[in-house]
Amino acid sequence: MDRPTAAIGDAPANHESIVRLVGVHKRFGNLVVLAGISLDLRAGQTTVIIGESGVGKSVILKHIVRLLRPDSGEVHYRDQRIDNLPERDLAAIRPRFGFLFQLGALFDSMSVAQNVAFPIREHTRRKQHEIDSIVKEKLSMVGLDGIQAQWPAELSGGQRKRVALARAIALDPEIILYDEPTTGLDPPRADVINELIIKLQRELGVTSVVVTHDMTSAGKVSDRILMLHEGQFIFDGTPDEIIHCQDPRVRCFVEGRCHEEDLKSLQVKG
Amino acid sequence: MLTAIGSKTVSSVAALGQWGVFSWQMLRWLLPGLVQWRTWVRAMPLFFEVGNRTLPVIMITGTFVGLVLAVQSYDQLRAAGFENRMGVLVTLSLVQELGPVLAGVMVAGRVGGALTAELGTMRVTEQISALSAMGVDPIRQLVVPRFLACLLLTPLLTFFCDMCGSLAGWFVAVVLKGIPSTQYWYHIAYAIETWDVMVGFVKSVMFGGALALIACYKGFHCRPGAEGVGRACTESFVFSFIIILITDFFVGTFFSGLFRSIYGFKSLV
Repeated sequence: MDRPTAAIGDAPANHESIVRLVGVHKRFGNLVVLAGISLDLRAGQTTVIIGESGVGKSVILKHIVRLLRPDSGEVHYRDQRIDNLPERDLAAIRPRFGFLFQLGALFDSMSVAQNVAFPIREHTRRKQHEIDSIVKEKLSMVGLDGIQAQWPAELSGGQRKRVALARAIALDPEIILYDEPTTGLDPPRADVINELIIKLQRELGVTSVVVTHDMTSAGKVSDRILMLHEGQFIFDGTPDEIIHCQDPRVRCFVEGRCHEEDLKSLQVKG
Repeated sequence: MLTAIGSKTVSSVAALGQWGVFSWQMLRWLLPGLVQWRTWVRAMPLFFEVGNRTLPVIMITGTFVGLVLAVQSYDQLRAAGFENRMGVLVTLSLVQELGPVLAGVMVAGRVGGALTAELGTMRVTEQISALSAMGVDPIRQLVVPRFLACLLLTPLLTFFCDMCGSLAGWFVAVVLKGIPSTQYWYHIAYAIETWDVMVGFVKSVMFGGALALIACYKGFHCRPGAEGVGRACTESFVFSFIIILITDFFVGTFFSGLFRSIYGFKSLV
């Protein structure tokens, strides 16, 4: 571990904190997923959370937007505690977040244009021509203007994620949460998504949180990297710092090496 | 053995409680939603979907049930000299019992399963989570219009079922057995009262609402994967079927007692 445990996840005093998790515990049945993590997300930065599959990275994202409630601990958005808010009050806060789901989560029963227009229709009283114009603008930002009439089933995996991203930014959110944005894509298409994350951060000045186990993506888009392991953050630093980190658990992950126990379990007897 | 029974009982009671909370949340969105234009815009395609999917099969079911009732009852009624009243037996059975139950079961099979599969797939592919993440309540967006469609269309479909069954009974009575058409309709008009139609209507409304809530609940709470969605669809139909039969018994008993206490016994012969 490179830093004292208490400091991992906390923001330096000179950064504005936009989202704060304090001592968040979460378990599913007997499985402890988050064991009292604390995290400060800094405004305007791209924070990447890495870790092995199933370690609870997506669970953190779902706590930030309150799709999940912590068993104990607190979640704050700016100065407001949101983990104990009723659903109806959350409806006013959630449009400030954009969430890119792992598989896009586009609505099958709607065209691309209807998908991107959906949050605008639900949260604003804009006229149809204004909505069309915003949809065109957002699709242009992800390089997909012209496919408004297509249906999600007609799109490739990469296009689906880009349309989902256009939908996530339709209301100009302050924070964009990316859940495994490059998973399942070939390297060139994954790089398109990486470039988009960087572009949106530069052009819109949004705060981004990216959950991934793709180290190429993490290194390219991040200002700050955190590594989650067994319910705790075991690393918090810059992309340069993680390369030089000596913690064997971090090294294994960064270098893509399997653990010795896993190797032993693969040995064939006789 | 006892542990297994206890555990199953606890999980069933917990599931019933969750369903109750789910239904309550739906009602909280439904009442203000009734005066919102957007609710009806969302429900309109579902009205078409429910009606379009179910009407043909309900008309076929009603017709054949009417035919069977007429064919089976004719000999006994003729032996008692009541064959002219065959229409009463066929139509009363349909209006009070068979029409609402058959329409409910057909809607549960044709629409309930499809609703569960659709919502279950949306859950598995995180579309329901996406709605929540956008600040849109999934129950208001997805459940309220489906509930309205089933609640309002099941009585209408029941009416079609009753009508087809009655006409099928007329076909057997008048065309095949030679009973005068005027006698067939005269006895129906005498025996079937507004009360009977109202009982059938109340039952069909209750069946429609219950099966919509069961189908949507099962879709919202299905387990991940294709197997989870498949199992949720099966459970949705089985629970709807059982609830329809249980509700039919209790509502039928209640209205029968109420009728007797208000009007006394009414003989149809």
